[in-house]
Amino acid sequence: MTDPTRQAVLSVRDLDVVMHGNGQASRVVRKLCFDLQAGEVLALVGESGCGKSKTAEAIMGLIPQRSGTVSAARIELAGSTIHGLPEAAMRRIRGREISMVFQEPLTALDPVFTCGSQLAVLFRRHRGQGRSEARASSERMLQQVGFADVKRVMRSYPHQLSGGMRQRVIVAMAMACRPQVLIADEPTTALDVTTQAQVLQKLTRLGRDAGTAILLITHDLGIVAQYCDRALVMHDGRIVEESDIGQLFSAPVSDYTRELVAAAQGVSL
Amino acid sequence: MKAAPLLQVENLYVRHPVRGQYLEAVQDVSFEIPEAGIVALVGESGSGKTTLAQAILRLQPAASGQVKLNGENLLAMSGPRLREARRSIQAVFQDPFSSLSPRRTVLQTLTEPLLHFRVAGRRKCEQMAAEALQAVDMDESYLQRYPHELSGGQRQRVALARGLVTEPALIIADEPLSALDVPVQARIVELIRSLRKERKIAFLVVSHDLSVVRRLADHVAVMYMGRIVEYGPAQQVLAQAAHPYTQALLKAVALPDPKQPPPRVLDGEPPSPLTPPSGCVFHKRCRDALERCRHQQPPERSVSGSESRPSQHRVKCHLWDD
Repeated sequence: MTDPTRQAVLSVRDLDVVMHGNGQASRVVRKLCFDLQAGEVLALVGESGCGKSKTAEAIMGLIPQRSGTVSAARIELAGSTIHGLPEAAMRRIRGREISMVFQEPLTALDPVFTCGSQLAVLFRRHRGQGRSEARASSERMLQQVGFADVKRVMRSYPHQLSGGMRQRVIVAMAMACRPQVLIADEPTTALDVTTQAQVLQKLTRLGRDAGTAILLITHDLGIVAQYCDRALVMHDGRIVEESDIGQLFSAPVSDYTRELVAAAQGVSL
Repeated sequence: MKAAPLLQVENLYVRHPVRGQYLEAVQDVSFEIPEAGIVALVGESGSGKTTLAQAILRLQPAASGQVKLNGENLLAMSGPRLREARRSIQAVFQDPFSSLSPRRTVLQTLTEPLLHFRVAGRRKCEQMAAEALQAVDMDESYLQRYPHELSGGQRQRVALARGLVTEPALIIADEPLSALDVPVQARIVELIRSLRKERKIAFLVVSHDLSVVRRLADHVAVMYMGRIVEYGPAQQVLAQAAHPYTQALLKAVALPDPKQPPPRVLDGEPPSPLTPPSGCVFHKRCRDALERCRHQQPPERSVSGSESRPSQHRVKCHLWDD
């Protein structure tokens, strides 16, 4: 499936994640392999508990050793390994090279700082900009995610914004440093359909403009069909299918994918 | 004479005091639910759909208007009559993780309403709990489990079983599916349909998800800024949405088929309910707004149908003025 002529910006081989808890070990991700190509939107689809979020956490180095073990033959970002890097090195990569958007925008924003200051700090820390320059960059970023009244959003605390507005602030933060990879974990599951369309359009458009490859984790096949180029279908810790979007819906290879597509289309069409 | 419908909401208003003014959370809402009917209430978050559901459950006081259960005003009831009424209206909430007590087994959760309403002795109540669990396709082995031992879909089924166990006439379900995976959603949809058919239970389903409406509801009420802007038979409203807001909601859905047109974004944010726009509350986001939409509130009109046989499909929009 993978096109060897294109450079994979994120390359994962034989990723295994074993979580420890209640005295038992459970293998939640098994021998996972995929390549994320530059500029594409790749869906990681599956039901809850299939291991898709753990995959993202493992790549980002967010699984603490006491709760789980991550092993892999390769996790490479633009050709250099990020697997097993010390925490200090990972910290420089997160937010700058790979950033993440989570499902619940309220927990990802700090309630005691304004949105403007949370955004500006990224430009200052990762891009070394001065105060007023960072402020201007922040305002530009907020414009790009579709805010008309940018000044008001800059002054607002997270609780003063609606869910859709908060998630767009998060998207602005995640894209602030024009990362090579953006991992979005169910970014619109908590939102209304109307705001969902708005957030996903901004997200994919910004990604395209900045050349950021997006790994979009979702259980919603509508989102897969409308916003993604390619999809990985995950079931029980394994990838059971890797297809282009056209093929995924017209001629799915695995039975599991066929079931998922039938269920989704039965619900919505 | 026709018997009164199971639930009748008439000109209901709910107001929240906010810093010296009033926020009209629900404004002049009227609709009814027949026995074994399924009505869906859809709208964006903040549109007032949950407040409306809570006002019907008397979890929030109504400012004016009536909610009639079998013809009797629920809002004026008290004491034993209210208790009896509460038994026949049950609630199922969105998040099965927070609506079940983590310290109670499934059995305790299911017998509690029965013991509360003194339906029967403990033995009999436990038997009824087991039956309710069976009705949601779970066997007795789950009775001794705690919520954390269950999956999201199982929890939602337990929440539904708790709603069923008192044999209510109406279950009000606030986003019963949105926390669940698609295949699990499909099972819950089937379950709700069979409960309606076999036990004649009516449902008021609150949801922001239009696909749920398509599969489940007989009638749909679309809410925007506390008002029902469109109401009608579900298939008709979905196939021929009359209100620009309903049309926008439908167009925003990402359909699971790459051959379908991409979703279209509805511009702008809902206005602040503290300072609603004059005229039609939707005019600022409406692509088809007329001059009069800015000044005049649109009256409710019937869509299609004839004078002799008015259709049930109703809309509040000036585009339907004669």
